[in-house]
Amino acid sequence: MQYHKPQTFDEAVQIAAAASGVTRFLAGGTDVLVQLRAGIVTPDHLIDLKLIPGVRDITRTEDGGWRIGIAVCGIELGRHAALVADWPGVVEGMQLVGSTQVQGRATLTGNLCNSSPAADSVPGLIAAGARVTVIGPTGSREIAVEDIPASPGRNTLKPGEIIAAILLPPRGARGGDAYLRFIPRTEMDIAVVGCAVSLTLDGDRISAARVALGAVAPKVLLVAEAAAAIVGTALDDKALAALQAAATAASQPITDRRGTIEFRKDVVAVLAARAARIAYDRAKGASK
Amino acid sequence: MPKDELKSEFRLIGTRPDRPDGLDKVTGRARYGADMALPGMLFAAVVRSPHAHARILKIDASAALALDGVKAVVTRADFPTGLTGEDWNLQENSMAGDVALYDGHAVAAIAATSRLLAEDAAKLIKVDYEVLPHVIDVDDALRMDAPVIRAGAGDHTVPEGSPPNVSKYIEFGHGDLEAGFAAADLVREQTYKTEATHQGYIEPHACVAQLGADGKGEMWVCTQGQWYIRRMCSAVLGLEASQLRVTPSEIGGGFGGKTIIFMEPLALALSRKAGGRPVKLVMSRSDVLRATGPTASASMDVKLGMTKDGKLTAAHVNFRMQGGAFTGASPVGEALSCALACYDIPAVMHNGVEVLANRPKAAAYRAPGSPMAAFAVECLLDEMCHELGLDPLDVRLKNAVHEGVKASYGPTYAKIGLVEVLQAVKAHPNLLAKLGPNQGRGIASGFWFNHGGETSVSLAIGEDGTVTVSVGTPDVGGGRASIALMTAETLGIAYEAVRVNVVETGALGVNEPSHGSRATFASGKAAVEAARSAIREMCRRAAKEWGIDEEAVEWKDGAAMPAGPNAGKFPPMSIAEIAAKMGGTGGPISGHHETNADGVGASFGAHVVDVEVDPETGRTTILRYLVVQDAGRAIHPAYVEGQYQGGAVQGIGWALNEEYVYGANGRLQNAVFLDYRIPVASDLPMIDTVIVEVPNPGHPYGVRGVGETGITPPLPAVANAVAMATGVRLRSLPLSPPKVLAAIKAKGRA
Amino acid sequence: MSKIHVSAVVNGDPVDFLADPRESLLDCLRDQLGLTGSKEGCGTGDCGACSVVMDGVLVCSCLVLGVEAEGKKVETVEGLADVGALHPLQRKFIEHAALQCGFCTPGILVASKALLDQNPDPTETEVRYWLAGNLCRCTGYDKIVRAVMDAAQEMREAV
Repeated sequence: MQYHKPQTFDEAVQIAAAASGVTRFLAGGTDVLVQLRAGIVTPDHLIDLKLIPGVRDITRTEDGGWRIGIAVCGIELGRHAALVADWPGVVEGMQLVGSTQVQGRATLTGNLCNSSPAADSVPGLIAAGARVTVIGPTGSREIAVEDIPASPGRNTLKPGEIIAAILLPPRGARGGDAYLRFIPRTEMDIAVVGCAVSLTLDGDRISAARVALGAVAPKVLLVAEAAAAIVGTALDDKALAALQAAATAASQPITDRRGTIEFRKDVVAVLAARAARIAYDRAKGASK
Repeated sequence: MPKDELKSEFRLIGTRPDRPDGLDKVTGRARYGADMALPGMLFAAVVRSPHAHARILKIDASAALALDGVKAVVTRADFPTGLTGEDWNLQENSMAGDVALYDGHAVAAIAATSRLLAEDAAKLIKVDYEVLPHVIDVDDALRMDAPVIRAGAGDHTVPEGSPPNVSKYIEFGHGDLEAGFAAADLVREQTYKTEATHQGYIEPHACVAQLGADGKGEMWVCTQGQWYIRRMCSAVLGLEASQLRVTPSEIGGGFGGKTIIFMEPLALALSRKAGGRPVKLVMSRSDVLRATGPTASASMDVKLGMTKDGKLTAAHVNFRMQGGAFTGASPVGEALSCALACYDIPAVMHNGVEVLANRPKAAAYRAPGSPMAAFAVECLLDEMCHELGLDPLDVRLKNAVHEGVKASYGPTYAKIGLVEVLQAVKAHPNLLAKLGPNQGRGIASGFWFNHGGETSVSLAIGEDGTVTVSVGTPDVGGGRASIALMTAETLGIAYEAVRVNVVETGALGVNEPSHGSRATFASGKAAVEAARSAIREMCRRAAKEWGIDEEAVEWKDGAAMPAGPNAGKFPPMSIAEIAAKMGGTGGPISGHHETNADGVGASFGAHVVDVEVDPETGRTTILRYLVVQDAGRAIHPAYVEGQYQGGAVQGIGWALNEEYVYGANGRLQNAVFLDYRIPVASDLPMIDTVIVEVPNPGHPYGVRGVGETGITPPLPAVANAVAMATGVRLRSLPLSPPKVLAAIKAKGRA
Repeated sequence: MSKIHVSAVVNGDPVDFLADPRESLLDCLRDQLGLTGSKEGCGTGDCGACSVVMDGVLVCSCLVLGVEAEGKKVETVEGLADVGALHPLQRKFIEHAALQCGFCTPGILVASKALLDQNPDPTETEVRYWLAGNLCRCTGYDKIVRAVMDAAQEMREAV
């Protein structure tokens, strides 16, 4: 295994383009190192992106959104008060990944690229409408986060392409988001089910919403029907019931060591309602 | 020793001094299994079967051996043949023979000049398998048409016509069962199941082994018992036991799982084949979960008869357990013996079978068998109390065993403390806490026999009057502190003046491991006797110097002194003074004691747990937890509490989330801590403890073992609490959220 | 597969070692530098026994490559005590009997110090969640949590 330390994204792309065999990028390393140790993936080339200037920065974009560097770890995300105020659901999703120790390493970008359907930070990003900047041999492009995961462990990036930053849209007034997951313990587990809701209010009524579900399909789902169930409502019981029905209907889970099909279909409805209430309260100005 | 000689006032016993190995363990200096390195050391890797059951057709190591730096490969062909009984089981489990018997079964091992090289080279060892049908579940393994794991493995106890995987049958009881059930107002019978769990010690197995062509070897290993390692490795490899010197490292948890060998013989065999170079072998966590000894899984029928005022009249238990693909590995006998041990029941009957399955060879896990048995019996008892409208604590008190009662498993109890434990539970403020919606309270009792066993201890008086004690029981949780306290108490010297060393196999007679809750009991008892023997010698030295009869000298407050006014008038001669001159008064002074430590006191406890269950997700939260247990005498109460708390939390894990999950292919699905879910700090409240002290007359200071009983009540206590919180009764563990939610929903539909 | 030269500062001391890029920082600490206080309990970041602080951030050293330590400051359990004086956490762990086998103890001490460095007055819940990634199988965590809270109090009073 060769270890590379590019100083720019262009250099990283060049190294990747020239590399033969298996290539992996190192951001936080909390997946790559586990796979390396377990012998699941032994890359021929490991390209460490952490030394590229700016990759640990969180900056406000011109439109009032956020640009998050690819090596920003969970702790750094959680310490950024203005970001937390805008997108608490995005941040809490990231902060549920692993332990305190893992929070010192794990990144949004790594969690996204690893493309686990149970990735805790991904539903929040998708619900938020986040996009990523991708740099590759043929230039750069922007992609919606929901278009990155392809199937468990596989993403849609082309060979040699690297995510250069995560872009969050402006939160705007009267918006709120939330992420909840179910695990059997209180910490340290992989999500059995996850759900993120982001919404905007007009008065008491929801004017726009996005609902994303984790661990109930081969990749994290953006469920338009679930959002439609609450848009135009004040999140009354009927709307919540419709949201729950839509979430369950959209889920195509499996039975595995972490949960059953029936359980996941039940709990996704529970979490959808709970997350929607939190997002709604946050949009109304409850403490974020 | 007669009971009335048991002291109750002590200078040191019952205090909480710093443990002698504390400094090493908070600074990172303490050396555990993987912390040893030797000059010229090689590193080993093990090739393991990916199949639950497969014939090994061919092993080709040529590509691996062709690499520079690869020094040896061993397979079963490198081991002696002709072993029988448990020796054969151990050998077969260490390294598969013709057939790999479970996912993770070792097939070959390799030694190379670095860990990475060994791991890379291991991947080049090519093994051809013919996959065979497998069986995992205990009840499936009992089918007449189940895949046969080893034809003819059953011993003489197995009735004719039994299913082919049955390896043992047990039956015992006393009293008139029929009359007992006839006398009951309520008779109930239910079936309960528990999944296999792992001890979950945080330190993976590790050793550094060296074995020369001369048959002389050394091993550094994390183990609960260095003599067991020596005996088992010697048997498996055909060595002379005394030629193998085994030094125990500090041990990072064992809970029964480090009382037998797994990969240790592989390291020795590799060293021998590599010309005697030392070989280090460290298991990965996944190796630990796949290929060491979890506990058994169980399927259990219980039938109880009870009068309407709560008196148990008869009990019948019928247990089925699998302990892997090896005979005698399951604790079915212990489970049966523990099942009804808490209660005085006129008629009891026990039946049990052990059945083979394609799983790793079960090892002991804290009170082996007792937690499963308690789950079955204590849950049914609880169900019947509720049906009859009786208080579950009062019913347990009404039936509790006490001194003089014939135990369900045969013997008559000496002084025991279950009644005192239950009374202390009754008086505890946790029982007054108000329960809210979706909350429930569960109670259960638990039992463990405790064990004495082969024990050898030496004690030496130093030149300055300080004392070294050599024990053979590795310190799993404060044992050095307890033994130092008892030694210092006996000698009348300061706690700090005693150093307790855990020594290698060459330094003492044979010791059993730190198992069976015996280390503080048995090594402590032997240390007290060794101290008494040294005291007798010191009194002799003083008598000689004073010119009086040795009977006229007594030992008090760390000094020899004349026994009464008729003995003569001499100032006390301290241990330091005696020690300073011992070279001139007859030579070194030491004490020694070896014994099959008898007089163990049976151990009883009772737990009370409050839980809250989320009715929408089935997740259980532990709100409050109380452990009450009889310690006989708590030598170092902080470490007694620690045993209670640790046992309770292991039991909580077993009750709620821990289980071996197998896929349809027979492979273990959760061989990482991520998915083998032991409790984490945020899962728990403080664990309240009450130490009851009903001194054990079989120990000079009244000690009973305390290590094991604590894991027994949590399984039923948590299940009873969840039943109260949800209104539904689950009879299979773990009470994982999917199961609990499904049960809640089923009730809603009913 | 050539090894890479790494220079770092460990517990205040400059160190150099050669790391295979596949080796974790934990491997390098233990095997190259002889600092065996950090333990490997899982190798997957699930047990916390290998906890160290790197450039001020608590991490599992099994999830850091040795080569990533280039130019970094690493603090391990061996650096917790001053010469002749234990850290209050170390004393309190002994006093409270907060260890049984002691194998998880180095990681828990390092993690607890990282907590108290940023939150001198944590609640019981904060301690429990902060330490959720440090598995202990012996104690049931009760005495560990008490020891951390007691050390925190002593350290606050000493200020």
